[in-house]
Amino acid sequence: MIAKIEQDTSRFRQIVRGRVRENLRKYMSSGELIGRQGRDLVSIPIPQVELPQFRFGRQQAGGVGQGDGESGTPVAFDPDQPGEGDEAGNLPGEHILEVEVSLEELAKILGDELELPNIEPRGKENIESRVDRYTGIRRVGPESLRHFKRTYREALKRQISLGNYRYDQPTVIPVREDKRYRSWKTHFEPDSNAAIIYMMDVSGSMYNQKKEIVRLTAFWIDTWLRSQYQKVEVRYIIHDAAAREVDQDTFYHTRESGGTAISSAFRLCRDIIRADYNPAEWNIYPFQFSDGDNWEDDNHKCVRLLVDEILPHANLFCYGEVSGPRGQSQYMRILNQVDDGDGGLLSSTTIEDKDGIYDAIKVFLGKGR
Amino acid sequence: MSLPPELCQLQAEVEAHARHYGLDFFDTIFEVLDYKHMNQVAAYSGFPSRYPHWGFGMDYLRMSKSYAYGLHRIYEMVINNDPSYAYLLASNKLVDQKLVMAHVYGHVDFFKSNMWFAGTNRKMMDEMANHGTRVRRYMERYGYEAVEEFLDICLSLDNLIDIHALGIRRRSDCYRRYEEAQQEDPRRTVRKLASKSYMDNYVNPPDFLMAQRRKISEAEGRKKHVPEQPERDVMFFLLENAPLADWQRDVLAIVREESYYFAPQRQTKILNEGWASYWHSTIMTERALKPEELIDYAEHHAGTMATSPGRLNPYKLGLELLRDIEDRWDRGCFGKEWEECDNAQARRSWNRKAGLGREKLFEVRRIYNDVGFLDTFLTEDFARRHKLFTYEYNPRTKQYVIDSREFDVIKRKLLFSLTNFGQPLILVQDANHGNRGELLLRHEHEGIDLKLDWALDTLEKVYDVWRRPVHLETVVQEALKRFSFDGTEQSEESL
Repeated sequence: MIAKIEQDTSRFRQIVRGRVRENLRKYMSSGELIGRQGRDLVSIPIPQVELPQFRFGRQQAGGVGQGDGESGTPVAFDPDQPGEGDEAGNLPGEHILEVEVSLEELAKILGDELELPNIEPRGKENIESRVDRYTGIRRVGPESLRHFKRTYREALKRQISLGNYRYDQPTVIPVREDKRYRSWKTHFEPDSNAAIIYMMDVSGSMYNQKKEIVRLTAFWIDTWLRSQYQKVEVRYIIHDAAAREVDQDTFYHTRESGGTAISSAFRLCRDIIRADYNPAEWNIYPFQFSDGDNWEDDNHKCVRLLVDEILPHANLFCYGEVSGPRGQSQYMRILNQVDDGDGGLLSSTTIEDKDGIYDAIKVFLGKGR
Repeated sequence: MSLPPELCQLQAEVEAHARHYGLDFFDTIFEVLDYKHMNQVAAYSGFPSRYPHWGFGMDYLRMSKSYAYGLHRIYEMVINNDPSYAYLLASNKLVDQKLVMAHVYGHVDFFKSNMWFAGTNRKMMDEMANHGTRVRRYMERYGYEAVEEFLDICLSLDNLIDIHALGIRRRSDCYRRYEEAQQEDPRRTVRKLASKSYMDNYVNPPDFLMAQRRKISEAEGRKKHVPEQPERDVMFFLLENAPLADWQRDVLAIVREESYYFAPQRQTKILNEGWASYWHSTIMTERALKPEELIDYAEHHAGTMATSPGRLNPYKLGLELLRDIEDRWDRGCFGKEWEECDNAQARRSWNRKAGLGREKLFEVRRIYNDVGFLDTFLTEDFARRHKLFTYEYNPRTKQYVIDSREFDVIKRKLLFSLTNFGQPLILVQDANHGNRGELLLRHEHEGIDLKLDWALDTLEKVYDVWRRPVHLETVVQEALKRFSFDGTEQSEESL
C-alpha cells in the first residue's frame, strides 16, 4: 500500500524550493536558514506552507491551562507551537516546527538535502584515530556513567515484584543488580586535516547585504567541511586594492572603500599556503567571494597566480560572485575559461540573494572533493 | 500485512474484555506498520489513499522529522469506518500493543455510538479512494497545476461549514426545502375567520389584518433575498451558487465532504480521547495486565496523561472528567438535593449508594460532544482540584501570563475555545450585495478579531470561486469594517 506519499513530498519540496507555484512561497514560514545559534546547537525551522483561512488572531484569544502559579505568573510555554500527542493527522499543525540540532547533525541534514557526496580526503597521512561513541547500555561500568532512569526502572520493577514497594513511602533504592550504565563503542576514523581560506572583496561596492550572503554561505561551508574532516583550520583574507589577513569578526564587519585588486588576495593566499599548509598533509580549500568588479589587467594576473600557484595545491577552488545588477562580470567569464583539467578543481557560481545560497553550496560542494 | 499470531491472540483477548464491559464496536482490523509507513498513513489522516496534494507531503515530512528528532511518535491511529481500521507501530512492545488495542476499542465504540458521528460516512475508506481517483482524473484532463491550485483554494475555505448541523447537507435537502416553500403558498393571503358581516370588524380586527399583511409581504421580500437567512455553510452556498466548471464543483464538494467527515472528531476530541483512555486504563488494570508488564504500562500511561503548565491535555482532561462523573453518579452526587446542599462537609462525605456511574458514562458517550460535555460536567470542585487557570497575552512583557482562577471565567473561556472548534463564525449575508451580484460575508464577532492578513488573503480565494467582487464585514479593534476585493485590489471601509 501507500506509495503515493512520495509524489506529495516531492511536490512539496518543489514548492519549498520555489520551482513551482511561486505564489505559495508567501505562505512559507522558514525564515533564515540559520536560526538561533546556541553553543553548538542550531535550531532549524522546517519549512511549512500554510494556506490562509479565516482564523482568530491568536494573541487576543488566550486560553485555558493547568498547573500551579498565581495570577500574573508567566506561563512557560508558547501556545503557538503545535501540540504533540499520540494521535496526529486530524488537526493541522499551526506554526513553525523548530528543532534544535547539533552542528554535526546539521551537516548531515545538509548533506542529505543537497545530496552532497562525502569527501575523499586527499591527505597522504591517513592515520586512523579512535573515537568513542556512547550508544548502548550495560550492566557494569563506572558510577559516573550510571543511567539514572534505567536504573530507577529496574529497581522499581524489582521492588514491586518483591512486594516491598510502599505506596505511602515510595522510596526506591537500587542494589547492584539494578544498575545500568552507558556503554560505548569505539570507531576508527581516518584522521585528516583541512584548511579553509576565505577571501573576500571589501571594496566600496560590497554592501552589507552582500556580506551577509557571504557570511551565511561560509557558515554552511564550514559546517559541512567540519563534518568531513577531523581538524579544520579557517583563515580569513580581506582585500580592496591590497590584501591582509584578519580574524573572523573583522572579516565580516570591515567596510573599506577604494579600488579592487583580486590578485593581491591570491598572492597572500599563496603565501599562507606556503607557510602553514603543506599540501601533502592538508586538504586545502580556498573560497573567494567578490562582486567581480576588478581591473581588466589585474584579471589576467589573477588567472596566472591561480593556475600556477594555487590550484596545484588545492582540493577545490570556489568562487562565489555576489552579483550586482549588471549580471556576470568580466572576471567571472575569464575565470570560467581557465582550464582546470578534468578534475573539476574550480567551481564558480553567482549568488544573487539569500535564496541563491542553497544552489551555490550545491555547486561548491557537490563534487565531493 | 496480516497480523502476526501473537498479536492476533492479543486482539482476541482484548476484544473479549471490551465486549465484557459492554462496549459496542464495528469489526476492527489491525495492521502493523513500521514508523515510516505509520507517518505516511498519519499524513493521510489514516487513509491509505487520498487525493494528491502537497499538504500531505508536508505533514509527512514534518512527522518524519519530528520522529527522527524524538519529539513525538505516533503509537496508534484508528479511523472511523465500518469495518474500522487501526494501525499499530511495529517497534512497540507487546504491552504497548495491548494498551493501544484497548484504547482503539474505546474509540471504535465511540465512533459507532456517539450521536455526533451518526451522520458520518462509514464507508469513508472507499469514498476517500474515490475522491483520489476523481481528482487524479481531473488532473490528467485539466492539468496538474490547475487542479492543485483550485484544491488550495478549496482548502483555504474548508473550515467554512456549518458544524452545528448534525451531518452534511446534500443537494436533495435543498430541493426539499424548495418544495416545502411551495406548499406554504396558501399563507400568502391573510386568512379571515368566518363571521357575520356586522361582527367582522370585531372577529377580524382591521389592525390585525394589516399587521398580518405586512408580515407576509416582509416574508416575500425575504424570499427574494439570497440567501433567505444568513447561511453558515459557506461552502455549500458556493457549491450551489458560484459559477464553477463541473470539475471545480466536484473538487469543492470533495473537500467539503471530507471536512464534514472530520468535523465530529474535532468536536469530540476531549470526550473521545477521555473515553478511550478510560477504557484502556480499565481494561488493562482490571483484566489484561500481567504483573511483569506493570511498569511499562504505567510509564506509557503516564506519558499519555502528562500535562504541561500551559496546555490542556485532552486525554487527561477527558479521562479525569469521566472518572469524576462516574464517582459522582456512584455516590449519587446529583439532583436537586445535591445542588442545594452547601455544607462542604456533607458534600464531601455524600454517599447515596446510587451506583449509577457506569450507566451514566455510557449515556455521556452517546449524546455529548465536547461543548456539551464540559458545559454539563465541568464543576468548580473539578476545576480547583485540577488547578485549571486561564491565560492571557501580556503585550508589555510579550509573554503569556496566568490570568484567572475564577471558575466562571475558566469555563466561559474553555467553552468558547471549543465552540465552532475555536473557529470564527462566517456567514453568507448577501449574494446580491449592492444589487450587483457581489458576495457579502459577515463575521459574527464574538470578542476576538480575525487574523487580518490571513482574512484578506482568504477573501481573495473567495473571489476566485465567486468571480465577482467579494466583501467581508468584521470588527477590527472594536470598529466595524468592511473589506473588499474586486479581483485586482483590496479596499477597506469603516462602517
